[in-house]
Amino acid sequence: MAKTHITMKVNGAEVEGLAEPRTLLVHFIRENLQMTGTHIGCETTHCGACTVDIDGMSVKSCTMFAVQAQGSDITTIEGMANADGSLSALQEGFRMMHGLQCGFCTPGMIMRAHRLLKENPSPTETEIRMGISGNICRCTGYQNIVKAIQYAAAKINGVEFREAAE
Amino acid sequence: MNDMTPTREQREAKLEGMGCKRKRVEDIRFTQGKGNYVDDVKLPGMLHGDFVRSPHAHARVKKIDDTEALKVPGVLAVITAETLKTVNLAWMPTLAGDVQMVLADGKVLFQNQEVAFVVATDRYAADDGINKVVVEYEPLPPLIDPFKAMAPDAPVLREDLAGKTTGAHGPRKHHNHIFEWTVGDKDLTDAAFRKAEVTIKEMISYHRTHPSPLETCQCVCSFDKIKGELTIWGTFQAPHVIRTVVSLIAKLPEQKIHVISPDIGGGFGNKVGAYPGYICAAVASIVTGKPVKWVEDRIENLTATSFARDYHMTTEIASTKEGKVTGLRVHVLADHGAFDACADPSKWPAGFFNIVTGSYDFPTAHLSVDGIYTNKAPGGVAYRCSFRVTEAAYCIERAMDILAQKLGMDPAELRLKNFIKPEQFPYHSALGWEYDSGDYATAMRKAMETVKYAELRKEQAALREAFKRGETREIMGVGVSFFTEIVGAGPSKNCDILGIAMFDSCEIRLHPTGAGIARMGTKSQGQGHETTWAQIIATEIGIPADNIMVEEGNTDTAPYGLGTYGSRSTPVAGAAIAMAARKIKAKAQMIAAYKLEVHEDDLEWDIDGFRVKGLPEKTMSMKDICWAAYNSVPPGMEPGLEAVSYYDPPNMTYPFGAYICVMNIDVDTGVYKVRRFYALDDCGTRINPMIIEGQVHGGLTEAFAIAMGQEIRYDADGNVVTGSFMDFFMPTAVETPHWETDFTVTPSPHHPIGAKGVGESPNVGGVPAFSNAVNDAFSFLGSTHIQMPHDYWRNWKAAKDLGAVA
Repeated sequence: MAKTHITMKVNGAEVEGLAEPRTLLVHFIRENLQMTGTHIGCETTHCGACTVDIDGMSVKSCTMFAVQAQGSDITTIEGMANADGSLSALQEGFRMMHGLQCGFCTPGMIMRAHRLLKENPSPTETEIRMGISGNICRCTGYQNIVKAIQYAAAKINGVEFREAAE
Repeated sequence: MNDMTPTREQREAKLEGMGCKRKRVEDIRFTQGKGNYVDDVKLPGMLHGDFVRSPHAHARVKKIDDTEALKVPGVLAVITAETLKTVNLAWMPTLAGDVQMVLADGKVLFQNQEVAFVVATDRYAADDGINKVVVEYEPLPPLIDPFKAMAPDAPVLREDLAGKTTGAHGPRKHHNHIFEWTVGDKDLTDAAFRKAEVTIKEMISYHRTHPSPLETCQCVCSFDKIKGELTIWGTFQAPHVIRTVVSLIAKLPEQKIHVISPDIGGGFGNKVGAYPGYICAAVASIVTGKPVKWVEDRIENLTATSFARDYHMTTEIASTKEGKVTGLRVHVLADHGAFDACADPSKWPAGFFNIVTGSYDFPTAHLSVDGIYTNKAPGGVAYRCSFRVTEAAYCIERAMDILAQKLGMDPAELRLKNFIKPEQFPYHSALGWEYDSGDYATAMRKAMETVKYAELRKEQAALREAFKRGETREIMGVGVSFFTEIVGAGPSKNCDILGIAMFDSCEIRLHPTGAGIARMGTKSQGQGHETTWAQIIATEIGIPADNIMVEEGNTDTAPYGLGTYGSRSTPVAGAAIAMAARKIKAKAQMIAAYKLEVHEDDLEWDIDGFRVKGLPEKTMSMKDICWAAYNSVPPGMEPGLEAVSYYDPPNMTYPFGAYICVMNIDVDTGVYKVRRFYALDDCGTRINPMIIEGQVHGGLTEAFAIAMGQEIRYDADGNVVTGSFMDFFMPTAVETPHWETDFTVTPSPHHPIGAKGVGESPNVGGVPAFSNAVNDAFSFLGSTHIQMPHDYWRNWKAAKDLGAVA
């Protein structure tokens, strides 16, 4: 099948590659760009393990063709650490609050939470739960993911994080 | 001592040993997308394999034509049963003593069964090839209803078993019968029922569901023709067992097989067994001489790669009028699908279902299980469960509620009246187990006090009156569940897999600078072993957990172990860690005695080293002992500081817990709201409370899913109607309730550190708590038992059937 030349910005760097029109963006990211942090958990756009940030929106990259991302500005989990290589507020929050177990949903969950906090810097618990409802986690039961996002929001907002009482 | 000398508390804290909420070391890579899962493995020249699958539940395969498929650009080979026969691999043995088709041989027996394996240069080309393979089928009548499996005129499913009247577990009664398994004293139990003042009987079904970890099953197989070596990266919960199985069935020398389980994206029992994809990828690599990757998609995972539960349990309890239980009788119809591929220890065709007497002191009990074939996917894996314990706990916990209802007693009171008492441990159950320890009443009472149980019952009574007066359309249920698990398989006297005793292992090697590596026979799939195993070592030998690297999953470097499932890692491998550490400590003591010029017996352990009794300033730290082990050991002693332990546990462990669920249901819509869920777990000694709490949250969420909607359902023709995340209930953060966790600590008396295991408890105890809440809500309308799963529609239907909705 004929391939199309694609250019895009991924984690701040200009990248290019050849992809068939039917190549899913997630495969392009994982196989052509060799960034394997973005995962695949289903093929019906339910699980969100493949979530990346495209031009300021959370997008499930298993439901978009690579050619549709022509010229886009994409951030993946590999672009989430601080410039000095330390964990960002969200990454730190997930670790401190035990917001992950097997780690398979984590990149998608962090990418979604990243956009959620841009949209709503101080979300309530209900807003967080609704905000991540496109991402499935099989291990944690979400409670500590909610706390992880609250931790990150507090850190980003420069306020003290207080865990809600059980 | 000067001000710089660390206090005892500071020395303890530095270790981050047992009891510490140590943050996970795994998270550094996982939060940065730097985990290494199977699909991340990419080798030069790697090919991709994918399956042609059957659209039929039962059909004869007349012809497979791959002519057009082989013309598709990128397609290199199409493997069928005929190909596999040339290497004697068209069928493979199952863990349960049956055989299973790797690829359809003459007929197909369930929808989405593997028919042919297309090998191509990339996954898209493989998919193109699949679409061009033409398979001619002759449909046969499907057998879907398990209750019709043993009818005289039921279709014959397993033609390969024609004339075989005996299976792996004894006589077969019918052509669709697999085994009958009986435990307990039938005569004594029948007598108890004849004499009983009160009896109950109910057919309690635990529906078919699926573990569905977020990462599906997958592998990369790479055969090196020159060296004759096969390397397999796979999503294996038990890598060593896979190596042995591959060696036995592929007739390859075991030392030339390298099995690597890299990071695993959740398992929940799904990744214990061997699946056709592994065999086909290995054969494809041998045939093509190139690495072959197989990655199943979600629909394939849900419909073909195993299942869980599907137990239909006719349950009877005999009791006195006062509610003292006198006998239990259970018959299970176990739907195993097309092949008996249950992942149980080999001698246990129904797993440890004979834990069904639960937490109660039944003087006698009798259990019989009939396993049968149907046109459904094979499997029967322990989905977050120690081998049918979830089914057993659901069975007894539902039945106790039904008995309470018949007696007009409160279900919590009935439980308190029948609990095995603390002084009865070690307790010998009527169905053959020896429970190690427990204090059930304390746990139950703590749960009841915390949720203000008596007040909840008053509120429920008032709401029921209001409902009868027509003032509300909501009903309220309080679900009580008290479970006893049996985990830690297991003692070699009664547990093996294909003849290999179910011990587990640990090898610890300390380095000169006071650091080390621990290698294990287990394999984490999210449980955090890299974090917690180091904590056990830290407490045992005083080396900070941060200085211990834990490595699992590589069969070339790790000692042989039976893997991680059935909550066995802490009870078995956790014990092996402590035993290996104690061997090291014993040698360390000899070195310290030599260096301090005292007798060994004059030394005592003190947090992170030895000190001379009565001379607290004369000490030698473990760090210094490590250095000494590499340069100045006592004369005649070998240098170095390492040990290995293969631990064969003397008994299982028996974690327990008290769960209470409060739920309201709107009868007109069936919509429920979980108002409160309280979970008290007793897993013995607690290694990392943060991880325990996380495990409980996750297990409760899976229990919630199963009880309230998650089901693999078939229509009458054998089509899977819940085969994707569109239909298979996966709770999101919105549906998932808030969890409250609590604990008591009753250590296991036979475990070196007293730990019992916890990962599966919340699933075992959670499902009955939810189901009992729903059933409790409806009970005043006249129902005794409503089958799971309790989704909105079924709740509405129950209300309608009970006359509460017009």
